[in-house]
Amino acid sequence: MIIRRTLVITLATLALSSTVALSQAPSGKVTVVTSFAKDVTDPIKKAFEKATPGVTLDVQNRNTNAGVKFLEETRANNQVDLFWASAPDAFEVLKGKKLLQAYKVKAVGIPEKVGAYPINDRDGFYFGFAASGYGIMWNERYARANRLPDPREWQDLTKPVFHDHVSIAAPSRSGTTHLTIEAILQGEGWEKGWRVVKEMAGNFRQITERSFGVPEAVNSGQVGVGIVIDFFAFSAQASGFPVKFVYPSVTTIVPANIGIVASAPNRAGAEAFVEFLLSPTGQEVLLEPSIRRLPVNPAVYAKAPADYPNPFTDARLGSLLPFDAELSETRTAVVDTLFDQLISFQLDALKAATKSIQDVEAALAKKDNAAARKLIADARDLIAAMPIDAAGAAAAETRGAFTGAKEKGARQAEFEQQWASFARERYAQAKQKADEAAKLAR
Amino acid sequence: MPRPASTPGQIALAAFIAIFLLAFLVVPVATVIHVAFTEKGTGSFTLINFADFLRTELFIRSFWNSVYVASMAVVLASAFALPLAALTTRFVFPGAALIQTLGFLPLIMPPFVGAVAMQLLFGRNGSINLLLDDGLGFKIPFMEGLNGVIFVQAVHYFPFILINLSAALRNIDRAMEEAAQNLGSSGFRLFRRIVFPLAMPGYLAGASLVFVKVFDDLATPLLLNVKDMLAPQAYLRVTSIGIADPMGYVISVVLIVVSVGAMWLSALAMKDRDYATVQRGGGGLARRKLRPGESALAYGVVLLILFLVLAPHVGLLLLSFATIWSFAPLPDAYTTAHYARVLGESSIYIKNTLIYAALAGTIDVVFGVAIAYLVLRTRLVGRHVLDWAAMAALAIPGLVLGIGYLRSYYAVQLPDGTPLATFWIMIVVALAIRRLPYALRACYAALQQISIALEEAAENLGATRSRTLRRIVMPLMTGGIVAGFVTSFSTAAVELSATLMLVQSNADAPLAYGLYVFMQSAAGRGPGAALGVIAVALVAICTLASHVLIERSQRSKGAAS
Repeated sequence: MIIRRTLVITLATLALSSTVALSQAPSGKVTVVTSFAKDVTDPIKKAFEKATPGVTLDVQNRNTNAGVKFLEETRANNQVDLFWASAPDAFEVLKGKKLLQAYKVKAVGIPEKVGAYPINDRDGFYFGFAASGYGIMWNERYARANRLPDPREWQDLTKPVFHDHVSIAAPSRSGTTHLTIEAILQGEGWEKGWRVVKEMAGNFRQITERSFGVPEAVNSGQVGVGIVIDFFAFSAQASGFPVKFVYPSVTTIVPANIGIVASAPNRAGAEAFVEFLLSPTGQEVLLEPSIRRLPVNPAVYAKAPADYPNPFTDARLGSLLPFDAELSETRTAVVDTLFDQLISFQLDALKAATKSIQDVEAALAKKDNAAARKLIADARDLIAAMPIDAAGAAAAETRGAFTGAKEKGARQAEFEQQWASFARERYAQAKQKADEAAKLAR
Repeated sequence: MPRPASTPGQIALAAFIAIFLLAFLVVPVATVIHVAFTEKGTGSFTLINFADFLRTELFIRSFWNSVYVASMAVVLASAFALPLAALTTRFVFPGAALIQTLGFLPLIMPPFVGAVAMQLLFGRNGSINLLLDDGLGFKIPFMEGLNGVIFVQAVHYFPFILINLSAALRNIDRAMEEAAQNLGSSGFRLFRRIVFPLAMPGYLAGASLVFVKVFDDLATPLLLNVKDMLAPQAYLRVTSIGIADPMGYVISVVLIVVSVGAMWLSALAMKDRDYATVQRGGGGLARRKLRPGESALAYGVVLLILFLVLAPHVGLLLLSFATIWSFAPLPDAYTTAHYARVLGESSIYIKNTLIYAALAGTIDVVFGVAIAYLVLRTRLVGRHVLDWAAMAALAIPGLVLGIGYLRSYYAVQLPDGTPLATFWIMIVVALAIRRLPYALRACYAALQQISIALEEAAENLGATRSRTLRRIVMPLMTGGIVAGFVTSFSTAAVELSATLMLVQSNADAPLAYGLYVFMQSAAGRGPGAALGVIAVALVAICTLASHVLIERSQRSKGAAS
């Protein structure tokens, strides 16, 4: 083992010195830190190594958070060439910490935007290589057994029939879920958007801490419906799981990205991999059943199976809302913390209040009662109430509490406690009102 | 009991352990969690963050939830472990060795895939509930909320009690029992008044490990989506991208304090009591024959418990052969394709895992014996600090340790220019530190049961202290040492959180990492399960082998002397 190890190290050193000598021809080992599964990276690795003889791709799997932390902690003696993950916000963090280096892509045929979202970082620090959209995935066997209708829109998930059947990843843990929530907030407006999110949340079965936890639960039939990124559903379908998927009309198509790490040891190799990934050959690999992501080169769709969604031509996916990435960026931490404090950590109270309201509404549908209707409307308003408005969420002093800002100021813990007790009180009042209404509606 | 003054050798030993713990536990962790004590903006020392902790309803609720879950898990785990331990050590019980081996399997629950298997069996729409719902029209919420956490944790960690209690029961001198019988005690009274109290060090060692481990465990609550417990709260905060909040580290400090406090309390409970017995060689407790009726009952109990605690592994096995398993009591069809897929690429993982876990387990028992000896047999000032520092490792999230290693040792370069933190030895050290508490408790309990009179006798007969240690103490502690090695080795083999931070390339990766890589996609579920089965089988075989080897060498030594 030791001998082999020394050999590897010697080879690596040799490779390193040769890259320095002829910096243009890619060779040696290209190290990439990625959150993508083996099923995604293996075919791409194989195709890349075939297309670029003399180069090996060393794939290090880490979840996105651990990957960002790793680059941060090891920057003094960086050994990584590329960072490769879905969530654009992780790349924003890396860019902000100056852990990425700019590069001008040579590949052609890639448009500026997919849907409403720019494919590449405007400063050239990271590049979209595949598009993905958020949507609703469900397990057909589960739906049949529980008599669930096929959902089409986010609003469908607020219906009583879905109570306790829906799962989502926490936006603070999953960059792509965060963008879904942000898309709803931007599409519907701050107040209305949160109302929709909380009405959906009243039906949540669970809020997972891993993005993959949601499709896993839907695949195995533990949960009926999941709010997931498209390729989780497509690749599950390709493996034979009885699941279906739909894009609601308010969603956002987001690119998954790759970026070159600052002071990459094998820069030529890193550039070669980026170019490969964006070339038609690299883009075609994305169509493989185990990957199933949407290429960012529109020409590649000609080789896709007939039912493959195409964000560049599909009317439903093309007519998506504009997405203000800058606004999203300014309030990322605030939106995530609000979701955690108002929803994730108060889920039992929120669900209890929602269930009572749904029961009363069912009773009122049979025998109406104006006073009870009024109480229910009040209860719904109590649930929807927000401790902070859109302007407050984007304000500098609020943001400062979450970014570890150097200046003294309010602490994150103070905001959290405030928001949590705000929500707890109102959910309790809402439950009370709903219970009163239940007596009237009887 | 008069104890000899400390010798230079003891001081050197203590200093060596202290330096090791300082370098690979205290300093790396301190570089990460010092944020808990700094003021936002100025960076000066403050306790305001702890005031925030106390003011936050969520944290207080999480704290009590964690206490409740950990306590109840100890109760349930005892209910699983006591019958198995008592039946296999106190009675002539064909298959006792097999039961003992099967009984520790739950400890080896590969990350991710184990939880999937459990959901598929016990979950809301798992096999059992689907069958119940079909036949009887109701479901049992095995895996819901805090009770679900208690159930899963008890299944997962009861082997701590089983292993340590069994070792202790075997160590009890038959003479004690016979004396009680001569005085007219028998049956359950004998067990309650004589046998169980004498095995108390072993039971407490196991029970306190279960308590602290459950209190500090974040994987199970997160997999069941229970977030209002302390360890998950710390983890969620430490690992969210872009959030620079000290509260995660504040919670880590609270976890450490509670864990050390719990160990201290269990030590207090044992204080001023002597569990040591002098006479040796009686071969442990007398084993009674069971009457046919009793025998049937006993097998019934054992099988029921084994069914319950091994169900996840049965689920794992099914999953590894399943094509599609979704919302159904059993998979749709079976295949061996998953094994074919993993076998080719997993040999490097298997080799690495064996090397890492075996090295870590060995380091752990060496340090475990040394620390136990220093604490129980010397009067060195500050010897308890070593014990507590080592136990604090239980409370430190693996991720915090991983980040601490990167922070402390990435700048240190090896002769060939690569960072020390990326050297595979660091994975071994991280595993050894994380699993040291298991080995330490086992060795500690074993030494507690040995009377110091035996050592004094040896020394009176002219043996040096080290010879006494080698020829008297170590052989008598064998049971505890094996128990410690087995727990450290087998749990290190499936550890993920710290390794995920430290693994630098596929060539250095252990099995758990390979599993993680598979378990991120729908198509990887089968191969992931197959790899999990391989891991479990591997660890089981090695454990059985180490049992056999050590017993054989014991026997040959006994024959020679």
